Amino acid sequence: MKKFQKIMSLMLASAMIMTMLAGCSNSNDASNADSAAAETTETAGEETAESTDTTAASSDGAAFKIGAIGPATGGAAVYGIAVQNGADLAIKEINAAGGINGYQIEYNFQDDECDNEKSVNAYNTLKDWGMQMLVGTTTSGCCIAVAAESANDNLFQITPSGSSVDCINGNDNVFQVCFTDPNQGVGAAQYIGTNGVAEKVAVIYDSSDVYSSGIYEKFAQEAANQPFEIVASEAFTADNKTDFSVQLQKAKDAGADLVFLPIYYTEASLILTQANAMGYTPKFFGCDGLDGILNVENFDTALAEGVMLLTPFAADAEDEATKAFVSAYVESYGDTPNQFAADAYDAVYILKAAIEQCGATPDDSVSDLCEKLKAVMPEITVDGLTGEAMSWDTDGAVNKSPKAMEIVNGNYSLIQ
Amino acid sequence: MSFISYLINGISLGSVYAIIALGYTMVYGIAKMLNFAHGDVIMVGGFAVFFAVSMQGLPTFAGMLLAVVLCTVLGIAIEYIAYRPLRQAASSLAVLITAIGVSYFLQNVALLIFGANTKAFTSVVTIPAVKLANEQIIISGETIVTIISCIIIMTALTLFINKTKAGQAMLAVSEDKGAAQLMGINVNRTISLTFAIGSALAAIAGMLLCSAYPSLTPYTGSMPGIKAFVAAVFGGIGSIPGALIGGIVLGVIEILSKAYISSQLSDAIVFLVLIVVLLVKPTGILGKKIQEKV
Repeated sequence: MKKFQKIMSLMLASAMIMTMLAGCSNSNDASNADSAAAETTETAGEETAESTDTTAASSDGAAFKIGAIGPATGGAAVYGIAVQNGADLAIKEINAAGGINGYQIEYNFQDDECDNEKSVNAYNTLKDWGMQMLVGTTTSGCCIAVAAESANDNLFQITPSGSSVDCINGNDNVFQVCFTDPNQGVGAAQYIGTNGVAEKVAVIYDSSDVYSSGIYEKFAQEAANQPFEIVASEAFTADNKTDFSVQLQKAKDAGADLVFLPIYYTEASLILTQANAMGYTPKFFGCDGLDGILNVENFDTALAEGVMLLTPFAADAEDEATKAFVSAYVESYGDTPNQFAADAYDAVYILKAAIEQCGATPDDSVSDLCEKLKAVMPEITVDGLTGEAMSWDTDGAVNKSPKAMEIVNGNYSLIQ
Repeated sequence: MSFISYLINGISLGSVYAIIALGYTMVYGIAKMLNFAHGDVIMVGGFAVFFAVSMQGLPTFAGMLLAVVLCTVLGIAIEYIAYRPLRQAASSLAVLITAIGVSYFLQNVALLIFGANTKAFTSVVTIPAVKLANEQIIISGETIVTIISCIIIMTALTLFINKTKAGQAMLAVSEDKGAAQLMGINVNRTISLTFAIGSALAAIAGMLLCSAYPSLTPYTGSMPGIKAFVAAVFGGIGSIPGALIGGIVLGVIEILSKAYISSQLSDAIVFLVLIVVLLVKPTGILGKKIQEKV
């Protein structure tokens, strides 16, 4: 019996070693096959139309690999899809025009469903893919989570729309295309004050969300210096975001003629519906989070008529760059672009400007590339769709001026 | 004036909780299990109406009927497939975990079919709002319909249980399953019937909930489901009038604490009240203390 056991254990051990070896050789084969496949696609040259997420095009083998992350599904899907398409459009244009410094760009977008954990997973997926720079993430909460990872890896990150200060605070590798939340809050308060939009203001904000509470804090601070008065400030939380009757009733009782909504469009659409049901018709004023409210499925857009929002991009602006962008976007994706699409589009062109300034190549390691880009970011000035002469501080915040919009006849239109 | 508005809103929200809580309480009373998938049946009801009315363009009434039928069938199917085989299992924990599994299953199926985007639900209620006291108080049509439906459902259910044979069978099974079987009651069929009624009520609750707060996602049912479970425990789980009282008290506390204490802390206050009530009266407001005879 003992002999049998010995033989068995020997056999099992050798079998184990065999499988391990087999495993190794298999993976070698696989990687060989992969690179062979890559070579054939590379020689094939032009990208294929059916690949929506990955645009791979390379003429001489080396290419910049740009990743993007955002919610393509879920409550904030409008933003993620806009970022996905905006970046895609910019990259296609750049590739068609010969790339950056002669190198093509490969692009890969991952969905994070606006969930911090999934966003970090998406980041790791992109790193496995070989990402060198990140356009993302789209929403603030996820961006903070991912920025912690990218700062560790020293990977250059430019967020189109992660507007919280915590996205860039302490992370010198992260830059923003959009305003920080405090800037939005201050900007909104100043706009309402200087234009005399209202005298009594109520605020409804999400206290469980960094974006919303960040804007609210600065708005309330700045309001002290402005000729209007905050008569009610009501909060809600992520677990309790369907019933706004109480918050609206309080705003109504306080006599507010303007309700400031520094929140995302999903909840805002509910607030508009419920305010309408209770016969309360103040002016509604929001930040870039309201962008997308007209796309909520089955939402009666008549309710959003007259809603004002501060956002740096208007699809109906008359300048050449915006017109060209809008028509190209509509042609490719069948939808009018919002601010997020424009932010992502700008983000890619900002990357291009920075890479050209420092003369980086795809052969630089992720960390070297990041160091080079960090050094040139405060030096460059970019004219984009979301602002003219955008420039950056070393801490990553952008300098540009905001624009106010109003929803008229079911469309965003710029207030002159 | 605003106090009255808050109170009416609270009663309306509480009525929805009460209708959902009925499903929890009936199933617990008769099958002695917590059906955590109940909240998600609400969501299925909401989506059924949304699918029929907003996507297929059917008349509202047809959509409502479809939702009730679909949820009833779903309730029976869940019980038959997921819970019945486990009823004889040694641990009641097994059924509880299965229920949580069914809950996630339903959420993810909805996610797969309809996607995670929030849908704006078109209200099934067409009654105009009532304006009282010089337009100081506006009661929406949804509020009125919700409160009236809750009263009708409660009355009908009480009559059904006390006056019909099937209802009496339910009572008997809830008191003693073994003895009821010996008396010739088909226990399995009675439990199926309970699930059918509970799920049909969930469909109605789903429509009312989505009409009052018109947003629909695959997770729509989970928070109201938990709150309604709290309401059922609050009123005394297993008791039908208890579910009504628990639901309405819970809704009113939630809205009033939002209005007068803090709009952020309302959930914390609701659960604090639950803890206090259970400390004072562990069986809930109307719960009966059952003495185990040894």
